Amino acid sequence: MIYREAGDFKTSYRDDSQTFPIRLDRWGYYAILAVAFGIIPFVINDYWANAVMVPFLIYAIAALGLNILTGYAGQVSLGTGGFMAVGAYAVYKLMTSFPDVNIVIHILLAGGITAAVGVLFGLPSLRIKGFYLAVATLAAQFFLVWLFNKVPWFYNYSASGQITAPTRTVFDQAVTGPAASAPAKYLICLVFAFVLAWVARNLTRGSLGRKWMAIRDMDIAAEIIGVNPLRAKLSAFAVSSFFVGVAGALLFAVYLGAAEVGEAFGINKSFLVLFMIIIGGLGSIFGSFAGAAFMVLMPVLLKNFLVGSMGWPTDLAAHIELMIVGALIVTFLIVEPHGLARLWRLAKDKLRLWPFPH
Amino acid sequence: MDQFIFGLEVVMNGLMTGVMYALVALGFVLIFKASGVFNYAQGVMALFAALTLVGIQNGQVPFAHLINAVFGTQLHHFGWTVPAVLAIALTALVMVGLAFVIEKLVLQHLVGQEPIILFMATIGLAYFLEGLGDVMWGADIKTLDVGLPQGISDPIEEITANWFGYGFFIDRLDLWATLIAAMLVAALVAFAQYTKQGRAMRAVADDHQAAMSVGISLRFIWVMVWSIAGFVALVAGIMWGTKSGVQFSLSLIALKALPVLMLGGFTSIPGAIVGGLIIGVGEKLFEFSIGPMVGGATENWFAYVLALIFLVFRPQGLFGERIIERV
Repeated sequence: MIYREAGDFKTSYRDDSQTFPIRLDRWGYYAILAVAFGIIPFVINDYWANAVMVPFLIYAIAALGLNILTGYAGQVSLGTGGFMAVGAYAVYKLMTSFPDVNIVIHILLAGGITAAVGVLFGLPSLRIKGFYLAVATLAAQFFLVWLFNKVPWFYNYSASGQITAPTRTVFDQAVTGPAASAPAKYLICLVFAFVLAWVARNLTRGSLGRKWMAIRDMDIAAEIIGVNPLRAKLSAFAVSSFFVGVAGALLFAVYLGAAEVGEAFGINKSFLVLFMIIIGGLGSIFGSFAGAAFMVLMPVLLKNFLVGSMGWPTDLAAHIELMIVGALIVTFLIVEPHGLARLWRLAKDKLRLWPFPH
Repeated sequence: MDQFIFGLEVVMNGLMTGVMYALVALGFVLIFKASGVFNYAQGVMALFAALTLVGIQNGQVPFAHLINAVFGTQLHHFGWTVPAVLAIALTALVMVGLAFVIEKLVLQHLVGQEPIILFMATIGLAYFLEGLGDVMWGADIKTLDVGLPQGISDPIEEITANWFGYGFFIDRLDLWATLIAAMLVAALVAFAQYTKQGRAMRAVADDHQAAMSVGISLRFIWVMVWSIAGFVALVAGIMWGTKSGVQFSLSLIALKALPVLMLGGFTSIPGAIVGGLIIGVGEKLFEFSIGPMVGGATENWFAYVLALIFLVFRPQGLFGERIIERV
C-alpha cells in the first residue's frame, strides 16, 4: 500500500481540482523536477545531451503541440514538419536580422509567426474534417518545404541553401552555435519544455480546453451547446502551431545547429511526431512526454543493440527499425489506442488497490 | 504559336501522367469503398509489389541481407531467372497472401474503430511494409523490365510533325499504361456490377451490418478487396517501376494520388480517373507556365494546394457522396 489516497483529505475546491490531487504523485513530480533542474545539468555530457535529452525535450514540445491539435481538438494534422520548418526559418531570420535581441525572445516570436501560419492553414478545417483534413494539411507540409527551398531570402542567399545558427547567449552562456555546452543546451530546452507543458496542462483544463474537447467529441453537438467552432478550431491551430514552431526553432538553433529544409523538416518529421502522440497517448500531457521519450530512445537502443552488440550492418538495422516502428504503431492502435499514458494510469489504479483486488 | 504547340505537348504528357496517378488512386478508392479504410499504404504496396517482382524475376534470395548478417553466409541469388509472366503471377499470389495477413493481423482487430484510427494504422502498415520490402529484397535501386515497350513513339511524332511541323515526344510506355489502365478500369467496373462477389462488395460498402445480416462474409470481402488493391498496386508498380526504376521514391506516388482522390472524391472510380487527369494536366501546365517565374519544382505541392482550395468549396470532391451529418 505504497500508493494511496487514504488520509489525503481535501477541504477546498482548490485542493480538489489540482493537477496532482494525490500527494505521492505531487511529490514524485517535484522530485522529477528537482532531478531535471538540480542534478542532470551538472552530470550531463555531450553524448547524453545530443543523443537523448535535448531531442527528447524538443520533440516533447512538438508532441505537446500536435497533441493539443489532434488529441484535444480532434483535428489530425500531417503538416507538423512544415510548421517546424516555419519556426526554424523564422528564428534564423530573426537571429541574423536582430543579433542584439535575446534568443529567448526570438524563439517565442518564431512560435508566434508559426501560429499565424498555422491559423492560415487551419482555415480549411472549418469545411473539411477527418482524413480529408489530414490529407489537406499535407498541402502545408509540401508547400512550406518548397517555399523555404526556393526563396533565397529565407536562407539569406547562402550558397549551400542551408541555414546555420550563429552563437547566441543567455546569461552569458552560449546556447546556440558550436560554442554551446551540453548543460546550456539542455537547460534552455528544459525550461521551454517545462513552461510550455505547464501552459498546455492549464489551457486544456480550462474553458478553452473544454471547448476543444467538445469539438473533438462531436462538433455539431458542440456548436449547438454554444461552442463557436471557428474560434475553437482556429485557437487550437494557433496554440498547437505555437508549440510546434518553438520546437522547430529549438531543433534548428539548439540541437542541429545547421539545417537543410527538405532533410530536417520533411514529411517523415510529421509522421514521427504523429507516432509520438499515438504511442504516448492522444489527449494527454504525460503521453506527449512518454511518446517522445519512446521514439527518441528506441532507435538509440536498437542501434546500440543491433549494430553495437550484434555487429549487423547499419542499413539493415535501419530497415528493421522501420519494421518495428510500423508494427508498434499497429499494435498500439489495436491493443491500447490511448497509448502509454493509459498504461501508466492503469498501473496507478492497480497500485491504489494493491494488495486488495477489490 | 510555338508556345501553343509546346503547351499542347505539355497537356498530352500531363494526360499520360494523370493516367498513372489515376492507376494508383484506383487502389485507394477500391479499399475505401469496400471497407471505409483509407489505405495510406497503397503506394508502399506498389513499391513492395515491384520489389517482389524484380526479386522473383532475378531469382534473388529473400532476406539474403538478414541471413548473411546473422549466419555470416554469402547468399545473393539462386542463379535462375523467371520469365516475366510467371513472375507477375507469383507476385500476384504474394499480394493475395499479403492481403490475407493484413486482414488477419490488423483489420480484424480494428472493426468498428473510427476512420482516422484505421488511417493511422495504415500509416504504421506503410512503415512496416517499407522496412519489410527493404529487408527482403535489399534497398538498392533496381531496374524493372517485363517487356513493355519504351522510348519515343514514332507514329505520333510523325503525325504531329506533319500537322504542326513539330514532333511531339510521347513515351510509348505511357501509351501502354493508358491502355492497360483503361482495361483495368473496365474490368473492375464489370466485376463490381455483374458478379456476385462484386455485388457483395458493394453491399459491404453500403452498410457493414446489413451486409452481414444477409449472410455476406465481411472477412472474405475484405481479403478480396485488399487482394484486388494489391493487384492494382502491382500494375501501378510495374508501370512506375519500368518508368523510373524500383526505388524508395516509388512509394511516394501514393502522396501524389492523395490530392487526386480529394479532388475526385474518395468513393468514386470515375472520380479517381477524372481527378488524375485534372491533376496530371494541371501540374504540368502550371509548371510550364508559372513554374519558371517562381523557381520551378512546383509539382511537389501544386496538386495539394489545388485540392485544398477545391475542397473548401466542395468538401466531398467532384464525384463524392454528399456527407450528411446528424446529431
